[in-house]
Amino acid sequence: MTVTHSNHVKALEAESIHIIREAVAESERPVLLFSGGKDSALVLRLAVKAFYPARLPFPVMHVDTGHNFPEVLEFRDRTITELDAELIVASVQDSIDAGRVVEETGPYASRNRLQIEPLLAAIQQNKFDAVFGGARRDEEKARAKERVFSFRDGFGQWDPKNQRPELWSLYNGQHRQGEHVRVFPISNWTELDVWQYIRDEGVDLPTIYFSHQRKVFERDGMLMAESAFIERMEGEEVFEAEVRFRTVGDMSCTAAVESPASTLDEIIAEVSVSRITERGASRADDRTADAAMEDRKRQGYF
Amino acid sequence: MTTELVRLATTGSVDDGKSTLIGRLLYDSKQIFQDQMDAVEDASRRRGTDYVDLALLTDGLRAEREQGITIDVAYRYFATPKRKFILADTPGHIQYTRNMVTGSSTANIALILVDARNGVVEQTKRHSFLASLLGVPHLVLCVNKMDLVDWSEDRYNEVVEEFREFATKLDIHDLRFVPVSALKGDNIVNFSENMEWYRGPTVIQLLEEIHVASDFNMIDVRFPVQYVIRPHRNGFHDYRGYAGTVAGGLMKPGDEVMVLPSGFTTNIASIDTFDGPLESAAPPMSVVLTLEDDLDISRGDMICRPRNQPEATQDIDAMICWMAESPGMQAGSKYEIKHTTRWGRAMVNDLQYRLDVNTLHREEGPTQLALNEIGRVRMRTTTPFFVDDYRRNRQTGSFILVDESSHTTVAAGMITGKAT
Ligand SMILES: Nc1nc2c(ncn2[C@@H]2O[C@H](COP(=O)(O)OP(=O)(O)O)[C@@H](O)[C@H]2O)c(=O)[nH]1
Repeated sequence: MTVTHSNHVKALEAESIHIIREAVAESERPVLLFSGGKDSALVLRLAVKAFYPARLPFPVMHVDTGHNFPEVLEFRDRTITELDAELIVASVQDSIDAGRVVEETGPYASRNRLQIEPLLAAIQQNKFDAVFGGARRDEEKARAKERVFSFRDGFGQWDPKNQRPELWSLYNGQHRQGEHVRVFPISNWTELDVWQYIRDEGVDLPTIYFSHQRKVFERDGMLMAESAFIERMEGEEVFEAEVRFRTVGDMSCTAAVESPASTLDEIIAEVSVSRITERGASRADDRTADAAMEDRKRQGYF
Repeated sequence: MTTELVRLATTGSVDDGKSTLIGRLLYDSKQIFQDQMDAVEDASRRRGTDYVDLALLTDGLRAEREQGITIDVAYRYFATPKRKFILADTPGHIQYTRNMVTGSSTANIALILVDARNGVVEQTKRHSFLASLLGVPHLVLCVNKMDLVDWSEDRYNEVVEEFREFATKLDIHDLRFVPVSALKGDNIVNFSENMEWYRGPTVIQLLEEIHVASDFNMIDVRFPVQYVIRPHRNGFHDYRGYAGTVAGGLMKPGDEVMVLPSGFTTNIASIDTFDGPLESAAPPMSVVLTLEDDLDISRGDMICRPRNQPEATQDIDAMICWMAESPGMQAGSKYEIKHTTRWGRAMVNDLQYRLDVNTLHREEGPTQLALNEIGRVRMRTTTPFFVDDYRRNRQTGSFILVDESSHTTVAAGMITGKAT
């Protein structure tokens, strides 16, 4: 198989592969966080490339909110089987059942924030010291400043004011026991880069990224998928629409956009002219406050 | 469509208009999304500004918003049909020398701003010096706020002359000037109607045209071994590959290579990737090499050509930028050192001089280097490193120092010839 990418995408790919190899070479127990979304699918793809022809030298972890799109779970399991990789599931439901976190209530209830506890617990239990994530700097203001190798203290916290200088391609993943680094190999990719690469490489994705008919209702100008996981308010009528998702998250806080785009080319055409960021368009969790992401990140979020 | 990846670093003293310029670049090149724009309009209104403050677009963390300044390197992305840009946005205050050094370390182009009314000030000199120290190959000086000097050609020429004169002291190979108004958008993306006397390119045209392909070293073959690949799976039982990123030169199967530190020579058998074998590899590609002979090679080794080797040395002469609060760097201090993919320990033998980044004056025999200070040191390492002069190769000429107990990165180093 030969793929022709434009030069800048090749340069981004090379940088990401370099980062992944560096993190694995310098850690004892790496793990890759896999949400089933396009960014984590991309990181997984790059990781496979980084170690070819050897197998993926680390497990994959899914933080399961229990409020997943079924299509995403199906995709996760299929991908893991194909790669013959090891899957670890950290479950929000387990944390709720054990009383370690308290379920939010009401129409705006979401399990988004509740992911922090099981994520950090799983990192600690498994002694993971390098944790790959699919965050990109173009996504969000707080992310724009985060390092590629982002240090986390013994409580899993990020301190934006006290980040390690990161120069050239000399990454420093050193840490004491109990501390870890989050590693973001696709920091420098934009949404458009990701889509073009996924198209050119033929990377598989969950079907919810492509246009389909779905029962939705409107809230705060966004289209939310009708499901058992979200409580509707007065006047929020369910109707059917032709939609797709631009990001993949918890069903309770990920909104759909109306779109007829059913192929990668159509999606790319849409993204190229889009005037709204993917988070602005579809993440109820980031709309709460200007600094919502930064606050969550400080506590150990992805 | 083939587009090039170009890395930029911007700096300017506070209030020279850097954030406005970046906001303008993003806005005029249509990289601003409606929801981001709405947020900025909102924030501008809340602050009582009577125009949309584009500077708010690039304002990051909460603490920074509160103080109204940018305090860390932030990365932004924009693209033109020919190029995709990664912009390291670094604050200009002296306190943040380390951020500037960080942002410049990978940059192809440094964009430096001056206020046309003030001309070249101390900070301009510092920023330009740092860009040159970090080996940024191209420097663009934007003479901003031309609207406040009546779009005067004479004033512009004065500033240009002033800067040229100072720049003779620096190692800058490619220097460009543009008169702009970031606030009004003149000569950023669109040509200025107010300065018809200026016939040169706009900022965005410069960014598109500056030749960056030769910024990598394509002459000296350097391949730091990053990871040894041993598949232990069917079809690949005897496979032994050396993964890494090409740090210099052009490599082809059949080429004779030498492995350091062992000094053994062999030939490249293949250059492998997931997408199939390659006929050649050059910077910045990430590949896997297989060799014709079974040699004992591990992470941190360096593959080069027998007739073109880096210097193998335990004595390192370097310019250091100290990046930690306290304690400062002192003679006798020990650190961990990372150079390419190789770690070791280093002891500072001699702090030769401290450089005043504003005047470039050398202060001989200082007792220490404090946060944000730059100086010239000689170090002794526990193991040999395979180094080139930073001027010749930014990958094999750079290193970081790491504190042995806290593990944080405390210094950036650029390898130079022996001090005279
Ligand atoms: N008149 C004029 N004002 C400008 C120009 N560029 C920036 N400013 C103003 O100068 C001030 C500082 O700009 P800002 O971009 O925040 O500077 P920074 O500190 O370098 O990021 C703001 O009030 C801007 O509106 C310009 O070209 N002309």
